[in-house]
Amino acid sequence: MTFAQTFTYWVGGLLTLMIFSFLYKDNPFYKFAEHLFVGVSAAYWMTVAFWSTMVPNMVGAIYPPSMGWFAENQAEAATLMAASSKWWRILPMILGLMMLTRLVPKAAWLSRWPMAFIIGFSAGTNLTRYLQSDFIAQIRSTLIPLLVFDKQGFNLGGSFSNTLLVIGVLSSLIYFFFSKEHKGWFGGTARIGIWVLMVAFGAAFGYTVMARISLLIGRMTFLGNWVGSVF
Amino acid sequence: MATQEKLPLFERMLKIDRRVIFVLIALAVIVPMMLKLVFVVRPSPVVQAIFDKVESLPEGSRVLLSYDYGPATVPENQPMADALVRHCLHLNHKVYIIAVWATGEAQANQTIQNVIIPEFPAKRYGEDYVQLGYKAGNQGLINAIYTDLKGMFTTDAAGVDVNSIPMMSPVTGLKDFGLILSVASGKPGLKEWVQFAGDRGNIPVSGGVTAVEAPLLYPYYPRQLLGLMGGLQGAAEYEAALVTKYPQFKETSLTAVKSMGPQTIAHFVIIFFVIIGNVAFFVQKKRDKLNRSK
Repeated sequence: MTFAQTFTYWVGGLLTLMIFSFLYKDNPFYKFAEHLFVGVSAAYWMTVAFWSTMVPNMVGAIYPPSMGWFAENQAEAATLMAASSKWWRILPMILGLMMLTRLVPKAAWLSRWPMAFIIGFSAGTNLTRYLQSDFIAQIRSTLIPLLVFDKQGFNLGGSFSNTLLVIGVLSSLIYFFFSKEHKGWFGGTARIGIWVLMVAFGAAFGYTVMARISLLIGRMTFLGNWVGSVF
Repeated sequence: MATQEKLPLFERMLKIDRRVIFVLIALAVIVPMMLKLVFVVRPSPVVQAIFDKVESLPEGSRVLLSYDYGPATVPENQPMADALVRHCLHLNHKVYIIAVWATGEAQANQTIQNVIIPEFPAKRYGEDYVQLGYKAGNQGLINAIYTDLKGMFTTDAAGVDVNSIPMMSPVTGLKDFGLILSVASGKPGLKEWVQFAGDRGNIPVSGGVTAVEAPLLYPYYPRQLLGLMGGLQGAAEYEAALVTKYPQFKETSLTAVKSMGPQTIAHFVIIFFVIIGNVAFFVQKKRDKLNRSK
């Protein structure tokens, strides 16, 4: 094992134990690991954003010859420098700089323009896709036959599954319909809707437990490898 | 301490120190790991559907694999991505690796280093697989590469011009792929691939997500999402399907299956405490009711 690998194991192992120490109670070791994580994460994202977004999409796009300074090798530099200038990207650059005016209270109002642009773009892009995928397509997916017949004839399992799905969707929707008092058959159906929602929440909780245990297994495996590397 | 001993049994159960539960959960994970406890895993239809789709693609099909996760969810996501890459390369499909998450590129490199290079030494970079790396833009990126992939990914992750990479020449946009796979742990992730690629262009989309996210994705199955690996269980099921059909991967592709032993025991412990907590709650409620009526 190389020195770098050993060092990585020790740093990772000790930081894992520091974080786990919170399970007993809050302590300075946990605080140190927590702050280190936040700091390293912020620095990582800032570096990635600089190299993957600002350099190629702004600096390089506006003035391609500048990529000669940033490229990792000559071949990459030649490719990037040969690209034609996308000078119009000065406009998003100006919008980006306007965002920074939030740091100056008197000029902070300027940041509303790029913010409006971002919100407008996001809303416009997402609206059609959400409408298509989460509304129309979901309605279509619920319009299914309650009695399923396949090559072997009547499919009891498929029919039960489809019926359950349709009842679940309709009763849940009725539960969220508050313009009519939840009484009589309407109230009864809404009550079924509550049960459906409870089952869904239970399933979600079960999945969350599985996710957390999976992460614990991952950490334990790492700690096992760390201990194994020492002895 | 003395007063605590006088409490009724069920009341004491409701006041178990949370650290006792932590220790039991830790033991439930560590002991099965040390004993190498492994349970039989069988693929469910929702996972088998992904496997069957990869199998049904003609040899040499183009498969886009997006790494949309980071180190925090490696135990769940990495086995999924590794198994998918193994399967695709074994069937001689062309694998195009991208990342919509900044941390995804490093995870893709893990697959290249730990799976592709040692297990598929005959596969050539640029002809059988390519690592295009990360690009910012979230769902906006997916929206853009739908029509112009090379416009956004002008170079691969190493900075090589994509026009000089042989397997990039027939690719224009996402419609040129036979299958889009996303291994994801949040937003942007598999949902965005369904919304901005699959539904838009009727392109088969599938993949795996963390268990936390899985319930949000199941409503898309089977019409908008042809299959789904949900958490470690999903990864284990895909590995099981792969190893059943291709036993040569038995030594390398059982990471998630091996983790399901500790997972199962830990679940039993949690179920035990859920039952204990509920029983104690209802017994105490009944006791309080009786006390009030006296």
